[in-house]
Amino acid sequence: MKQLEELVVAGFGGQGVLSLGMTLAYAGMIDGKAISWMPSYGPEMRGGTANCITILSDTRISSPIISKFDSAIILNQPSMDKFAERVKPGGLLLYESGNIFKPSTRTDIQLMGIPATTEATRLKNSKIMNMIMLGAYLQLRPVVKTEAVVEALKEVLPEKYHHLLELNREALELGKKLIQELELVG
Amino acid sequence: MNVTKLMKGNEALAEAAIRAGCDAYFGYPITPQSEVLEYLAREMPRHNRIVLQAESEVASINMVYGAAGAGFRAMTSSSSPGFSLMQEGISYLAGAELPCLLVNVNRAGPGLGTIQPGQGDYFQATKGGGHGDYRLIVLAPASVQEMADHVFLGFDLADQYRNPVVILSDGAIGQMMEKVTFKPYQKPTVDKSWATTGKPASRKRNAISSLFIQPERMEQHNLKLTEKFNRIRESEVRFEEVNTDDADYLLVAYGLSARIAQKAMDLARAKGLRVGLLRPITLFPFPEKRLRELATQVQGMLTVELNSGQMVEDVRLAVEGRVPLARYGRMGGMIFTPEEIERQLETLFEKAYAN
Amino acid sequence: MQTDETVTHACVPDDYDVAYHRPAALMDVNMHYCPGCAHSLVHKLLMEVVDELGIQDQTIGVAPVGCSVFAYEYMDIDMQEAAHGRACAVATAIKRLMPDKFVFTYQGDGDLAAIGIAETLHAINRGENILIVFMNNAVYGMTSGQMAPTTLPGMKTTTSPFGRDTKFYGAPMKIAELVAQLPGSSYVTRQVVNSAHGVRKTKQALLKAFEWQKQNTGTCLIEIIGNCPSNWRMTPLEASRFIDEEMVKAFPVGDIKTPDQPSLEPTPENL
Repeated sequence: MKQLEELVVAGFGGQGVLSLGMTLAYAGMIDGKAISWMPSYGPEMRGGTANCITILSDTRISSPIISKFDSAIILNQPSMDKFAERVKPGGLLLYESGNIFKPSTRTDIQLMGIPATTEATRLKNSKIMNMIMLGAYLQLRPVVKTEAVVEALKEVLPEKYHHLLELNREALELGKKLIQELELVG
Repeated sequence: MNVTKLMKGNEALAEAAIRAGCDAYFGYPITPQSEVLEYLAREMPRHNRIVLQAESEVASINMVYGAAGAGFRAMTSSSSPGFSLMQEGISYLAGAELPCLLVNVNRAGPGLGTIQPGQGDYFQATKGGGHGDYRLIVLAPASVQEMADHVFLGFDLADQYRNPVVILSDGAIGQMMEKVTFKPYQKPTVDKSWATTGKPASRKRNAISSLFIQPERMEQHNLKLTEKFNRIRESEVRFEEVNTDDADYLLVAYGLSARIAQKAMDLARAKGLRVGLLRPITLFPFPEKRLRELATQVQGMLTVELNSGQMVEDVRLAVEGRVPLARYGRMGGMIFTPEEIERQLETLFEKAYAN
Repeated sequence: MQTDETVTHACVPDDYDVAYHRPAALMDVNMHYCPGCAHSLVHKLLMEVVDELGIQDQTIGVAPVGCSVFAYEYMDIDMQEAAHGRACAVATAIKRLMPDKFVFTYQGDGDLAAIGIAETLHAINRGENILIVFMNNAVYGMTSGQMAPTTLPGMKTTTSPFGRDTKFYGAPMKIAELVAQLPGSSYVTRQVVNSAHGVRKTKQALLKAFEWQKQNTGTCLIEIIGNCPSNWRMTPLEASRFIDEEMVKAFPVGDIKTPDQPSLEPTPENL
């Protein structure tokens, strides 16, 4: 596993952008990594998107604010337009295909789109879309253990939503499966 | 027993206040630090501590005065415009030598400005801020861990020197989440026999005041304060050095800027440029001596701040012209990227070696 | 008022009973107040009450900025000197942290009614269990007689040289009536100290206020019409007459609200 993962998650407010990044950060902490989570704060706030930078590292993290990313999880078109060029060559750009009509045309990065919103509707909870994306991301970049994510969810989700923990686990698994299927096809 | 949590900077600071035995918090909502008041409004009552949302920052700081004067550990927090409102009260606290902890989660200004992070309050924090001749001990956290650590340190220093201590943070450090470990803490026993707790027959009355109407007495008080500030300069300088051993060029930055600068340093080092970083942890007292020493070692220094150049003046005073000094900054809530700083370094190196 | 206790005592032969003496809680020092000023008298009344209740060791006072800025030099109790107008904020913190102590502020009209009105109203609205002694002499005393929020219509001051024009500066603020409207206030009264009767009534009010504080009824405010002969440009006698003839017309004397009659509305009948 690589020593440093610098990830940006971006989309509309309400899509679970911040909690996606935060869940991963929690999981990183449970896995014993150095982590930082920076919510959209600074120039990125303009443009109608919410985003957060999550960094996981085996060593001390220097800047919590960065301009180039190893990976990006993109949930809407404005974020695609803004962040596609900022993924490092060889990096990963995972996007929610239902919300994005014009994906990046870059060929020097790994581009993957999954219909997480449609899948979430099938799970009868549209808010679970972000966890499907996180599952898919972890299939492509296993930076933390899935058990750590499940543990993390107990921290991120308020107590009153703990009955949804099982649904979240399902969503993570579904995300992983969607990628496996894509990889089989591809 | 150590407790490790993932927390926002503002929340870590608030939790640390409870663990540091803060008796009373008074505050007023302002972005980006309202989490402190919110957290404490929720948690303080469980610990039988006082938390009060005041009618203004003016009231908050004067409540801190009352609480500190009665011998309690008291604090307030705010962000730039609100912190400006507190300056009169801070001057009174310094004049009456009351220990307390103040937090400024710096946003960009002047005026109402923006809620995005900035470091434009450096002068205000380090040169006194209010009227009269005084200094505050200024701590500049660069991580969520330090947001917590500086609360314990801040309260202890405040008590030790009977002086207000300010934690000068910024919106990014306040809003970001990182791992934070709380270690067991023992509140030191401090003599507060000067506090207004009700006068028993056995002692003279205690009066908390910064009024010295006779100039002779006022000067004596000022001399006493000056002596105290000099003792602080002597004993309380704190800083961190990274890669200074072999550095040809030195970055000087505090708080969030130091974190970004460190990444820039890594980028520069990857290109073979020997760059080091000095991060002042105390902005008053300022690490003058160490900077003066490093001035004889490096080819040049670059300060990076989220302002138009404030700390650079203290660096200039410290190095006394021994070394070329450049500054780089972004303002108005805009934040430099590590690459931006790295480009500055490259330009400076080119110049240095062209001569 | 500027008696020297050492001298007074030395003059008392052994076989005489002392019928009148300086309260033990009042410092044996000369005060800086002008002849005929109400401050020294009210300081004495306050400290008499502290003596009589035996609460010198449990009382913390907060001094303002204004003529009574040096109150802490005269009262032999623990005191804090607050920034201009902020006494109620300072007192709030002291009382919240030490709810068993007696806490009072001592403030003039500039301090309380102008610069400190926000802190005053909010402390009262929160029902802080403190006593506010509000000295209303209708001028800024210490800075030598400028117009205050309580200056009477037409009254000449150094900053209203042609008399207070109410169209320009508004009418005098009736603080006692104003704070009585707030649910947090418990005992609100206005008194004078320019007659033996008034002095006795004021002392009774102070005693009552401390008793109410013991029962945590909310904020007590005693507005005292103070004489300021120096800045009114009058002799002490003329100043006393001015209170009877002018001040009490604008600022009617009496209880406005008491904790046992919280519904008492400030009407001319009960004033």
